[in-house]
Amino acid sequence: MLLELRQVSKQYGMNTKALSDIDFSVKEGEFVSIIGPSGAGKSTLLRCINRMIEASNGEIIFDGANVLGSNKKELKMIRRKIGMIFQHYNLVNRLSVIENVLHGRLGYKSTIAGVLGLYQEEEKEQAVKLLQILGLEDQIYKRADQLSGGQKQRVGIARALIQSPKMLLCDEPIASLDPNASKIIMDHLRSISTKMGITILINLHQVEVALKYSDRIIGVNQGRVVYNGSPDDLTEEQIHNIYGSEVGELILDLGGKHAG
Amino acid sequence: MQGDLFAKKRRDSLVFFALLIAITCVSIVITKYDVEKGFTSIPKAISWAFSNFYPNEKSLEKLPDILLKLKETVLISVAAASVASLFALLFAIFGSETTGINGFMRKITRGIATLFRNIDVSAWAMILLFSFGQSALTGYFALFFGSFGFLTRAFTEAIDEISSSSVEALQATGASYFAIIFQSVIPTCLPQIISWVLFMIETNIRSATLVGILTGTGIGFAFNLYYKNLNYHTASLVVIVVVVAIMIIENLSNYIRRVIL
Ligand SMILES: Nc1ncnc2c1ncn2[C@@H]1O[C@H](COP(=O)(O)OP(=O)(O)O)[C@@H](O)[C@H]1O
Ligand SMILES: [Mg+2]
Repeated sequence: MLLELRQVSKQYGMNTKALSDIDFSVKEGEFVSIIGPSGAGKSTLLRCINRMIEASNGEIIFDGANVLGSNKKELKMIRRKIGMIFQHYNLVNRLSVIENVLHGRLGYKSTIAGVLGLYQEEEKEQAVKLLQILGLEDQIYKRADQLSGGQKQRVGIARALIQSPKMLLCDEPIASLDPNASKIIMDHLRSISTKMGITILINLHQVEVALKYSDRIIGVNQGRVVYNGSPDDLTEEQIHNIYGSEVGELILDLGGKHAG
Repeated sequence: MQGDLFAKKRRDSLVFFALLIAITCVSIVITKYDVEKGFTSIPKAISWAFSNFYPNEKSLEKLPDILLKLKETVLISVAAASVASLFALLFAIFGSETTGINGFMRKITRGIATLFRNIDVSAWAMILLFSFGQSALTGYFALFFGSFGFLTRAFTEAIDEISSSSVEALQATGASYFAIIFQSVIPTCLPQIISWVLFMIETNIRSATLVGILTGTGIGFAFNLYYKNLNYHTASLVVIVVVVAIMIIENLSNYIRRVIL
């Protein structure tokens, strides 16, 4: 097992219980989607794994390391093995594409090298290579804010990949993209998982996308895992369980899938 | 409902203006300010300025001397603004919501910045006169402290305003605190930072005239000297030189702003 969560809970303030006793594990190379209505706790869950948010309780084991018990230095080692991809790409807009990609190497650098932005030749070559793989060879020296949403997200993926990660955490990576760009991003993520063997844990709002790309689906509702299994076994009733009242429009999508 | 709202608004503004008039009247009575004389003296002041306060041929001889003083003033203003900006940036980083280390540090740095900001440069000049006497150093430190307070506030707001999203992304890669500051926060805020430093230089040159009168240095000293010697022609030349210098610097910084933004 690459990642294991045991009894993980998160409480915001006094009364918001965002996560309750989350238990699941992820195998190396698996493509796992987390689905659920907004406010279910998906983003919180993902961020507890690399401690961008501190869990209140429980245990998280990643690649043999105890995440919640790690000190500052150990956390840095854990974080650089986990790439993160965001809904709003989270690039430094005023810097060039390649500089943004190279930011993924900062976890491997001393503070001085990081402050001065000293990158080795191999790192720069690696950045160019990744940008080529992602179809951005013509935008390498453009400023990040001149790219389209889909291109920005691919820069985000390159930044995560240059970390040489074992796992990618993706928080609704296609929620701000049109269907075309969404498909390109999802295809890239799928091939990263299949060809590079990198584990993918992805928050998705759209069930049909999750069904199409995932090895496994974890359904979350009100901070609890209510489904954990293969996309093929996901029934309409279970989707109803996951989404609660939001279910109406989603059933239509699923009907399409079963028809096709 | 809606009618009530408008009626309430009308009543509020009525009360506000009534208060304003009351306060004005009370102030006039207390200070024994003669309103009529105040207004009638304006034309007199203007006619005096036109008959005395203009540069003549003789005053132009003093121009090289004035320019020398101007140079001193400009250099002090630039030095004060730029050195202050370094300290201000440090304080802003520690005081910002996005990059501050913890609540305690944030409070401390913001507190210090507020203290410095709320003391005017002329007040700083008076205070520093005691320690440094009438010297260029006094003027420099007065401008430095004033700039520091103002810039800390401006930079803090600039850093607070940038979305913390790229900071989050770099944290997730395992980047260290200072790497994040230099790779994400500063590149993102750089245009605002430069813009504020330019603004500070302009402001400092304006205040330097007043500070110079108090501390006996630079262009302010020159103005004070000629003015007190009743050499109004040369004093007016000083004023013109300052205005021209400020206009040049303003244009220059507007140009730089256009290029970087
Ligand atoms: N920083 C925060 N402070 C307080 N409550 C929060 C915070 N972030 C999220 N929450 C709450 O936690 C719950 C889960 O949020 P989130 O993880 O963002 O859900 P999702 O990503 O599934 O939409 C929501 O009720 C949300 O309001
Ligand atoms: Mg979310």
